[in-house]
Formats: sequence, C-alpha cells, structure tokens
Amino acid sequence: METFVVHQGVAAPLLRANIDTDAIIPSREMKFVSKTGLAGGLFAGWRYLDAATRSPDPAFVLNQAEFAGATILLAGANFGCGSSREHAVWALREYGIRAIVAPSFGAIFQTNCIRNGILPVILAEADVALLAQQAGPQPLTVDLQRQVVVAPDGQVFRFEIAAAAREMLLEGLDPVALTLRLDAQITAYQARDREQRPWIYLAKSAPPVPSVPPPGAE
Amino acid sequence: MVAELDAESSLLHIDRVFLHERTGSIALQTLEQDGRRVRHPELAFCTMDHIVDTLPGRGDQTLMPGGTAFIQTTRETAQRAGIRLFDVRDPLQGIVHVISPEQGIVLPGTTVVCPDSHTCTQGALGALAWGIGSSEAEHVLATQTLRVAKPRSMRVSLEGALGAGVGAKDLMLWLIARESASGAKGHAVEFAGAAVRALPVEARLTLCNLAVEFSAFTGMVAPDDVVFQYLAGRRFAPAAAQWDQALAHWRTLHSGPQARFDRELNLDVSQVEPMVTWGTSPEHAVGIGAAVPDPALCADAVSRRGMERALQYMDLQPGQRLQDLPIGAAFIGSCTNSRLSDLRAAAQLLRGRKVAAGVRAICVPGSMQVKRDAEAEGLDRIFVDAGFEWRESGCSMCFYAGGESFGLRQRVISTTNRNFESRQGPQTRSHLASPITVAASALAGRIADPRPLLGD
Repeated sequence: METFVVHQGVAAPLLRANIDTDAIIPSREMKFVSKTGLAGGLFAGWRYLDAATRSPDPAFVLNQAEFAGATILLAGANFGCGSSREHAVWALREYGIRAIVAPSFGAIFQTNCIRNGILPVILAEADVALLAQQAGPQPLTVDLQRQVVVAPDGQVFRFEIAAAAREMLLEGLDPVALTLRLDAQITAYQARDREQRPWIYLAKSAPPVPSVPPPGAE
Repeated sequence: MVAELDAESSLLHIDRVFLHERTGSIALQTLEQDGRRVRHPELAFCTMDHIVDTLPGRGDQTLMPGGTAFIQTTRETAQRAGIRLFDVRDPLQGIVHVISPEQGIVLPGTTVVCPDSHTCTQGALGALAWGIGSSEAEHVLATQTLRVAKPRSMRVSLEGALGAGVGAKDLMLWLIARESASGAKGHAVEFAGAAVRALPVEARLTLCNLAVEFSAFTGMVAPDDVVFQYLAGRRFAPAAAQWDQALAHWRTLHSGPQARFDRELNLDVSQVEPMVTWGTSPEHAVGIGAAVPDPALCADAVSRRGMERALQYMDLQPGQRLQDLPIGAAFIGSCTNSRLSDLRAAAQLLRGRKVAAGVRAICVPGSMQVKRDAEAEGLDRIFVDAGFEWRESGCSMCFYAGGESFGLRQRVISTTNRNFESRQGPQTRSHLASPITVAASALAGRIADPRPLLGD
C-alpha cells in the first residue's frame, strides 16, 4: 500500500460544504471494472463546460494556471459524503491528489482515502479558510509524522488522526495481510459464536432457488 | 468482536456481506488478482441492481456505457467464488437493501456490510449495518472481519402521532433539514420513540435508509415483535428449533433503561408535514406548503453560499412557493421507497386518475418479488392506467450513469434519496419527496400536497 509521511505541494481551494462523491466522480465516468482510468472524470460536472468534449471550464479552480499542479485540496465540511464509491478516491489519487484538508469528511470516503494513500486532514473551518487565503503557487506542507500542516507563511496547524489510520499510512500497511495473521483468533471466535448463534452460519451451499427464465428469455 | 486492535478500534466479525455489480465487481476482481480466496462464500450474497436495465426483456446489455462488463465480471467472479448471486433473470433479483430483508438475509443482531452507502437501511431490523468501500469489501471477503473504529452513539427519539399523509420519508427529510446533512456525523443512531415503534418494518427501512444522508455511521431500530413477525418464514431466516433459539436471543437486543448515549435528541413529530426538497442537499427540505428559503437570512457563510448555488442550479428564487412548481417527470423507486407498502400508498392516490399531460412518470419496484406481489394485487394496472411506466426491478434512475435519464435540466419529483447536482441526469433538478407526494405531483403536473387526495 502507498505510504504517506510528509508531502509538500500546491493546495487548491474548493470551499463548498457537502461535496459529494457523485460530484467528485460522476457515475457516468465509471466506465470500466477498474481502479484506473478515472482521473479524466474527476469533478467532470464542474471541470468541463462540456464533459463529452472535455473542454475545460476556466472558472473551475483546477483549471486555473496557479492551481494546475495542485496535489492538495482545501475543502468544505462533509467532503466526500454520499455514495460509497471508492472510485472517487481512485480518481483523486490518479489525478495526483495526496492530501485533503477539510473540517469533516464522509465516513466511508475517509476510510477509502486511508486505504489508498491519501491523507484526510481535519482542521477547523476557520483554519481551512486561513489556508485558503494563502492558497497559490507557494506550497503547503502536510506532515503526518508530526501531525501538522504548515502554511506558506510558516503558520502551523496541528491535526488529530486515529492511531490506526496514522500507522496504516506511515507504514503503507496492507490491512488484509495484517488481519490474515489473526486467522486463528477468527476461527476461535467463530467456533464460540456458532454455539451461541448457530443460525448465523448458513450451510455452505445455499438452498436451491427456482430459476425460471421469464418468457422471451434466451 | 474478534479482538481489540487498539484503544479506538476493534476487529469485528461480519455476519453477512452483500455485493452488487457496481462496486462488488472490482472487489471480487482485485481479490482474485491478489490470489486471495473468499473465506466464507456462504455468508456472502451478490445482486445485479445498479447497472442492469429495468426495461422488459432485459439481459446483459444495458443502456449504460460499459455496463455489460460490470454485469459479466460480477457474474463470473461471484460464481468462481461460490457466492449466491441474484442474477439479472433470477426471480429474486432486486435492489440489495430491498431483497436482503425480504429474503431474511439480514437478521437482528447481525453485522452486515455492503460496498454501498445505503446499507444503513438494513439497521431497520435491529442489525448493525453500514456501507463500506471496495477495499474494505475485499477485507471482509478475505477475512470475514473488518477493522472498525467504534462510532459515538446517538439516540433520536421521535414522539407523537404522525399527521395524515406523513410517513418515514417526511420524518427523515424534516430531521435532516432541522439538524443539517452532517447532523449525525460520526454517530451510530438509534431511532426510538412512539412514532418509530408505530412504524411497520418497510417504513423503518425508509427511515434508516436516510441515516447516511444525515451523515450517520448507521441507523437502527431496536428489534421488536413487528420485526420478528416480518422475518418468520423468510427464505434465509432461521427455521424450526433455530428460530426459537434466535428469537430468544433477539429479545435481548435493545438498549436498557440505563443506556447512555453520547448524544440524545427528543423531538415531537406530530406537526411534521409532507416534505419536499428545494435544493441540492437532503438538508434543503421544507414542508410542502412552505416557500423556498432566503439565503440572505442564513448566518453561516458556507451554508449561505451553498444555498445560493443550489438555488441557481435548481432555477428557483427565494420566497417562491414549491407547491404548484411545474414538473416534467415523476419517479417512484430506489432503496428508499420501492417496497410494496410504498407502491400501495401511491396506487391508492392514482386509482382512477391520470398523470398530467407532459409528465413522464415511472415506477420501478424494488425487487422482482415486490413486482409480483404488486401485480397480484392489481397495482400494476393502476400505475399503467394512470400513465406510469411499470418496470423490472433495479436502482434505475435514482442515478444517471450515462444511460437513461429524464433529460437535460429536467425538473423531477422523486422518491429517491439524493438530490445532488446531475445525480439523476445532466443538470437534472431533483425534488425528493414521499411516494404519495410524488404520485399527487405526477397527477397535478406540479409539486402537489397529497393530503387533499387521501381518503376518498
């Protein structure tokens, strides 16, 4: 998994509340069973005057010259709310985003970020606004080791993050591999639980289901 | 709980995992590519609901660009993994959060996850059910567990009797408008109180469905006899001696009188009216008789800008009445409001009446079982005679994925859960409401109060 320790980059301000995952990657831009090929569809509804021809909307922040190479987003509260689609995070990461600073995040989106090497930083709305005032070609530093964001003018903002999420990102850990090491504990739990809640453990082959093709089926 | 991981998080056993072709396909495909096996295929279920067409005679071909690959990859990987698949032509196919309760897959006290944000719907049966990403779905499939940070707890007690024409959908739009779309951020919400206990299971599913639009980790209702009676005899629910054993266990699953919650909300809901949204967030909702609010009166700058932007997108003015706003389309369906009771309520208003000229009206039952049950009661005739399209089950036009939509900038009244920009189509203007409000509006050709049509 991708690590995140410290990152310096241009931060683009997108200070709207409740930016949902439909806005981050519209459903119509998810064309393949794939975690890649999504960056072009990032913010497609806002980024392009016409999504079909990909003609950029000059008013959208990521299309402005000073934010063209942005790797950090400054966003409003509840960023990434809505649909669970991890494609939103894959699109952001493929585009080049490494960290998002916002007052709060959609819960599923926040976990998806950590699973994909993007750091979700929670700062107070006033602090995000202060950072947005300084947004421009001068880079911002996001340091997970020290749990601080350093503004271009040197002002330091400390942030909190769950210990497990911090460790996952710093070490680039694969949670599936970590949990597979606990296999014996999982098996022991299931043996105990099967005594108490046998109805949870369905038969290996599910009951047969009549599969009557509707009229006109091939 | 399998193990404590640290002070904040635990390794939880996952009793049921559900997948669908939109986000489950990539999880199953990645798992295969990583050479990992599905630990308990018998505890996993998969359906085709998001991409599959809802037109008669449907197959793997869809109107959605690239959709066929999602359907076929899901089928192939699910079959190789030995997962029970509710395939395109399966008589039990339907929307995940409709068929899981309907088939007795979700049970009280179970942990249920699905890479779908509306998984919280299933908390209505007293389960801990929540939406996850595709990577987390891989974790569950490989280990039958998930690493979870314990959410804070919140009890929302809704007291009082609901007015005529007011249902679970109105309650939640009212609650979210009152407390904001991030009002339950970080909390698992228990819905309690007399108004909730009086709701049948299908209405509780609607209630919990919208918990995610309230930013809750999940929503749930303590299981009671209403739930137990609902589950008895369902296909995957326990039977015979195991039923009795399960029932004894389920009766212990409720918050005791000493239960402490991190947050408590006690609200009287007897004055709630039929609700409709005017903006692009579920929090942008008002009573059906109210006017569009004025952003200038909003103290918070970010909210104010959001409201201004929403009004521009929706082509509305502050002070404008929502009632009588002309609509071009009406949609009844989705994991929020597509169950038999929803269709019955709408049909009661539609019986013997006609959809207004120029309105495209569509009803999409939530499952093939709901569709058959509705047809057995003759509801399909009522919908069709009124001028509604009557479809096969699926998520359908709850969201636009490049296939079907109502058209550019169309104004739609919809029983779905999200009025986000371009969610239902290119720059579509979605107004969320209950099934009876949508039915009444379809008849009027304008956003309409359903109450004058009730009881005749």
